[in-house]
Amino acid sequence: MTTCDLEDLGLDEGGHLPLSRALAGVPAGTGVAVRGSHPALALHLGAWCRAKGHRLDSTGGVLRVVRGTADGDRWAGAVRAGDAARPAEHAAPAWGLAARGALVEAGGPPLSVDWVDRDLVWADVAPRLYANASAAQWDPATAVDWTARSDVPPDIEDAVVQVMTYLVENEQAALVIPARLLSRLHPHFREVMQLLAVQVADEARHVEVFTRRALLHREALGRSGAGGRASLQTLVGEHDFTMASFLLSVLGEGTFVDLLRFLNLHAPDAVTADVTRLAARDEARHVAFGVAHTAHVAHTDPSFLGTLRAAVERRHSALAQTAGLNQEVFDSLVLLAAGSWAPSAIKRGWAAVQDLQRGMDEGRRRRLAYIGFPDDEAAEISALHTRNFM
Amino acid sequence: MTTLLLGAVAYDPKVVTIWEGFRAWLRRSDFDLDFVLYSHYERQVEDLLDGRIDVAWNSPLAWVRARRMAEARGGAVRAVLMRDTDRDLVTAVAVRADSDLQSLADLAGRTIGVGAIDSPQATLLPLSHLRAAGVDLDGPAHVRRFDVGVGLHGDHIGGERDAAAALVAGRLDAACLTDGNLLLFGQEGTLPAGSVRVIGQTPAFDHCNMTAGPRADAALVERFADLLLAMSYADEQVRPLLDLEGLTRWLPGRTEGYAALERAVDESGFYDSEGRIGARGYRP
Ligand SMILES: [Fe+2]
Ligand SMILES: [Fe+2]
Repeated sequence: MTTCDLEDLGLDEGGHLPLSRALAGVPAGTGVAVRGSHPALALHLGAWCRAKGHRLDSTGGVLRVVRGTADGDRWAGAVRAGDAARPAEHAAPAWGLAARGALVEAGGPPLSVDWVDRDLVWADVAPRLYANASAAQWDPATAVDWTARSDVPPDIEDAVVQVMTYLVENEQAALVIPARLLSRLHPHFREVMQLLAVQVADEARHVEVFTRRALLHREALGRSGAGGRASLQTLVGEHDFTMASFLLSVLGEGTFVDLLRFLNLHAPDAVTADVTRLAARDEARHVAFGVAHTAHVAHTDPSFLGTLRAAVERRHSALAQTAGLNQEVFDSLVLLAAGSWAPSAIKRGWAAVQDLQRGMDEGRRRRLAYIGFPDDEAAEISALHTRNFM
Repeated sequence: MTTLLLGAVAYDPKVVTIWEGFRAWLRRSDFDLDFVLYSHYERQVEDLLDGRIDVAWNSPLAWVRARRMAEARGGAVRAVLMRDTDRDLVTAVAVRADSDLQSLADLAGRTIGVGAIDSPQATLLPLSHLRAAGVDLDGPAHVRRFDVGVGLHGDHIGGERDAAAALVAGRLDAACLTDGNLLLFGQEGTLPAGSVRVIGQTPAFDHCNMTAGPRADAALVERFADLLLAMSYADEQVRPLLDLEGLTRWLPGRTEGYAALERAVDESGFYDSEGRIGARGYRP
């Protein structure tokens, strides 16, 4: 018979560990002899066996624990929550919050999530993007020199404040959308969950640095146009994972990367240059996941391209009656590129904003083509993109 | 379909979860159970005897009273089921490790902590055992009760925990604790490892049972018992409920394990032979 010698170890100080280990090595119905010098050993054993469904047999002065069936029964219906190394095609809601690949005891509440199918949320690049994203986190307090000297003329400062006001509202939409997706995603798709979580954190920083830049020399923020907010509202209201990712990241954030680079190039001061550069770097990652994920879906189901196109058309007609980008923002971009009110400068600024919009269109067409749209269709879809950029 | 009406004492909010769960589980086997919750065992026993409920999930003390009342009325109650964890409990008499006390006989003139006035395991049984061991409880030995959850027949372990803490703090010379709580209080740190020593223990006794009333439909009770006996710890639907109720399987009832408690009740006059409450100062 197996013997478990506890020496002077009490069951009230961890003695159940060696005992459970010994019992795990024998089949139910088989006894393990227990030796030990703890004065309350027999009392403790009686209580412990009763609670665990084992039987204590102390005939002949020998303490013998006969293994019951409860510990085995508890794990009888247990299953693995997929494979730790790779996501399963379908994640069972019954796996709940268990780690991917963990042995899951049957029972317990099922997870209430909407996205349980890998191909509806996945991109093979997600693990690598998450690693990059974690490594590229920056601290707004130290990454930007907030004390840098600034001699921005008042009119140009007004334009900066207006653009920052507009950026903050867009960043808030870009924060809320992945946060919503996150709450409806099965955590089995861990890398996507992690990536979205970091994306939310990125947007939180963007909201912070743009707000801080806006208020650096001013007491009040600029204006928020109804048309811009209507555009963002159609994004927030998008309930499908891939559709939201496509509209927000592929089209919206993709366009935003161009905008941030433009602002970085024409920044009138070091702080504006810093915050737009840092945000653009993060945005490029958000775009990369959106593009890779949408391409993944279109690759597994080519008919999905039609659905994506329909989503853009739907959004376009929903916004047809709105102003799109507010005039103050557009004018501020021209002024920032111009650098002064001199007519010749304004002419330059105007041309730069035209170039920006052409560049945005080219970028969208390139990404749409990568996803699988033919060139002519990519051009049509890009042209329907919201005038609000995001 | 006839409904079996069960009484249970709500000693903890989890009692609602447990019986709601069992009720839903039984319904899936086409058995209709409903339940009534009581705030203490005395009214539950009275209602069982008056036929207002069919079965009662009884403490051992409630069983003793139900049996006495039934027999006084010329009827009988039956212990139908019990948990595996209701069998063969032991209560220990613990002293501090550095105490001069070596045996129960040494307790003369000392302060002994027990549980609530109506706790079979932490008060009635150990005091009866001490009497049998010759400790004069009416004389110089001083019994200090820790009345937590009076009316719950010791289901609330707060009294025992308070006694354990008082023992360690030096306010008691000895404390009566069930084997399960001795282990639990050790594991949770109320009794630091090596802080106490056991100088005596009661013989094994049994705890709760499912008591069928004198007029309960025998076939219905039988079917109820069969369904509960068939509950498996491998069934993930029922396992969380079994965990909450503290068992791994149901077993048939047995009454031999209540003999010591019957004696203890007589000695203390907690109930008379017809189940009338005689305990002084007992207000459930
Ligand atoms: Fe952002
Ligand atoms: Fe973003």
